[in-house]
Amino acid sequence: MTEPLLKVRGLKIGATIYPPGEKSREIEIVHGVDFDLEAGKVLGLIGESGAGKSTIGLAAMAYGRGGVELTGGEVWVNGRDVLKSPLRDKRRLRGAEVTYVSQSAAASFNPAKRIMEQVTEAAISQGKFSKQDAEARAVALFEKLGLPDPETIGTRYPHQVSGGQLQRCMTALALCPEPDLVVFDEPTTALDVTTQIDVLKAIKDAIRDTGVAALYITHDLAVVAQVSDHIMVLQQGSMVEYGTADQIINNPQEEYTQALVSVRSIKHIEKEPTDTPVLKVENVTARYAGTNFDVLKNINVEIHPGQTLAVVGESGSGKSTLARVITGLLPPSEGQITFDDHVLTSGLSTRPKEDLRQLQMIYQMADTAMNPRQTVGTIIGRPLELYFGLKGKEKQKRIQELLDEIELGDGFQDRYPAELSGGQKQRVCIARALAAKPKLIICDEVTSALDPLVADGILKLLLKLQKVEDVAYLFITHDLATVKAIADSIAVMFQGEVVRYGPKSQVLAPPFDDYTDLLLSSVPEMRLGWLEEVIAHRKMESAGN
Amino acid sequence: MIRIPPAALIGLFFTSVFFFCAIFAPYIAPYGMAEVVGDVWEPSSSEFLLGTDSIGRDLLSRMIWGGRTTIFIATAATILSFVTGSVLGFFAAVSGGWVDQVLSRFIDLIMSIPSLIFALVVLSVLPTTIMTLIVLMGLLDSTRVFRLARAVAVDITVMDYVEAARLRGEKIGWIIFRETLPNALSPLVAEMGLRFIFMVLFVSTLSFLGLGVQPPQADWGGIVKENKEGINYGIQAALYPAYAIAILCISINLVADWILSRTTSLKGGRG
Repeated sequence: MTEPLLKVRGLKIGATIYPPGEKSREIEIVHGVDFDLEAGKVLGLIGESGAGKSTIGLAAMAYGRGGVELTGGEVWVNGRDVLKSPLRDKRRLRGAEVTYVSQSAAASFNPAKRIMEQVTEAAISQGKFSKQDAEARAVALFEKLGLPDPETIGTRYPHQVSGGQLQRCMTALALCPEPDLVVFDEPTTALDVTTQIDVLKAIKDAIRDTGVAALYITHDLAVVAQVSDHIMVLQQGSMVEYGTADQIINNPQEEYTQALVSVRSIKHIEKEPTDTPVLKVENVTARYAGTNFDVLKNINVEIHPGQTLAVVGESGSGKSTLARVITGLLPPSEGQITFDDHVLTSGLSTRPKEDLRQLQMIYQMADTAMNPRQTVGTIIGRPLELYFGLKGKEKQKRIQELLDEIELGDGFQDRYPAELSGGQKQRVCIARALAAKPKLIICDEVTSALDPLVADGILKLLLKLQKVEDVAYLFITHDLATVKAIADSIAVMFQGEVVRYGPKSQVLAPPFDDYTDLLLSSVPEMRLGWLEEVIAHRKMESAGN
Repeated sequence: MIRIPPAALIGLFFTSVFFFCAIFAPYIAPYGMAEVVGDVWEPSSSEFLLGTDSIGRDLLSRMIWGGRTTIFIATAATILSFVTGSVLGFFAAVSGGWVDQVLSRFIDLIMSIPSLIFALVVLSVLPTTIMTLIVLMGLLDSTRVFRLARAVAVDITVMDYVEAARLRGEKIGWIIFRETLPNALSPLVAEMGLRFIFMVLFVSTLSFLGLGVQPPQADWGGIVKENKEGINYGIQAALYPAYAIAILCISINLVADWILSRTTSLKGGRG
């Protein structure tokens, strides 16, 4: 048997942590991982944040980020143990034999240099190609990756191309020096679903055509299933399961893998609309001060008591602006909002306290939504003081009730936000909103920043609380899987307009308008071959037109 | 048990010595503040540890009494400048809009006049009492604090938790003192050390120019002024206050650095 391209044996990675007020100490973040990758194959590394995916990916380049140290084991690339080789050899390895595609292309490209210079830099400095050859190769790659104007796109600056295009430029950058192995670190995570599909397709084709091997790192199992030959599931620095993509998706053995595969399979039965909506948005148009562009155009939606309206769309479609208008942060230029049978004043400062209480909000980033200098008890207790005048024991009791309701239990009142995990933080934010006993909670991308399993837990909690508290949700998201799980009615937004609106069953049933079709078909599905089907379907449609 | 790094320990030690001397000057100083006890510029002896000054007063006693005056004025002025500057700065940042514009431009206007010249003009009109000095220095310096407090607060007011507080219907007082201030404390505390040092230098400069603390009241700038002719004859008397100012400045800075490094963690000041 031939030697694999990449052979990892007993890889251990340590990191130094600096707990405030204590001495720094060493911890192990990857506990002895083994795997092989043959030339021309793709291995998907999947796991939640903190599982060690990126760290393992970078170890394939014999590199550890700041504070991270490769403490043990072996990493063999092309028959050499690169961990033990001197720095000079590691430099020869990086950018020549192994290259890297990072999650945020926008943050990784130097904004002051043209794209071509950056794409060809490694190939030229490693002496693999002359400047001319490298540029010719880059143009060929641009074309292969489906970038517009492949001849001239290299002369642009990074800010002159879109996010999806820049991510493809970065793939070209990684492929330009003809490496043997490319490490893709969450290359599509920061992109909209409709953009993600194009980038995914481009990456997949490029891998196939150039015959390069790849490590594909992501937290989205549905995505990794489309591009990988083998998948390795990681949890907290250890391997949980390794197998072919087919086996992992269709026949997962371990409990953790099964949970990952079945994520987002919440069944939610749609409720019938009632006679009196709790919130009615009528003909609302809005623009930001100092601009001459309407961010929202003539919006009409309703939310019924105890039900969920999901507002879905890509970034820039005006979803969050709609939330700002309803909360009063951005007064609309036209139209009115009726809440609980009375018209809401347009600005925040003129609203009575009772209206503020009835309408609560939960944010995407729980980290910034809580004051880092206040304890959980203060954060949840403040609405109780402010709206209900609760004090002392009574307040403590109610805070504990709320903590029980969000399934956190004892011992959390005195903790600071920094001492909570991501999911726990979001739960505390939910408790703060619930403390006001609102009729409507606006949830702005509340699960987007969370790992799939944690997000699943939050969605289940929200559904449970809706039953108990009879609260309505305005649920803003870009993720259609979340929408299917939680919504009673759906509004699809595109460039500031609601393009499709109605009960969930109607919105998600054909015939579709073009945009909804594009959006729906772009959501990765947990099965092999989905990507090819979608692309084929689109080709047929465009041929039909 | 808190572990204090050696640098901070040195800083804490000297700072405490200075403040101890300032507070207990009447019990520590061997002689009275303006008591003439010997000849002009006597060298140091067991009777007069640092010698005597230009009119025969004990220099050590003058230094201790002078430290009391200088440190008191600097402390009071620093507190005044911080209270005024940070409250106004936070108010401007949280209010935004025209309130912010009017306040900021007014502060710019004051800052465009060099503080020393401004102080000289005001002091030549008003009676030079310690109260005048404190108020004048405090208000002039509050412009710098305002700038810093506003800049820090602007960063904080865009955070979601401040927006959440607004949506909850909180009054501006809560937003300033409960949401913004605790998160702005560490840069402000570090700045406080620095501003205190500037105050010491400022009041010493004014006294040296004859517009600050008036004789026979002792203060470090005044002692330099009274004994400056001595330098020509190799008399050290004018240098002692300079040493004192330098040591105080460095030790305060060491303490401020330590406080800053301890409070920047996001663990709510626990860490």
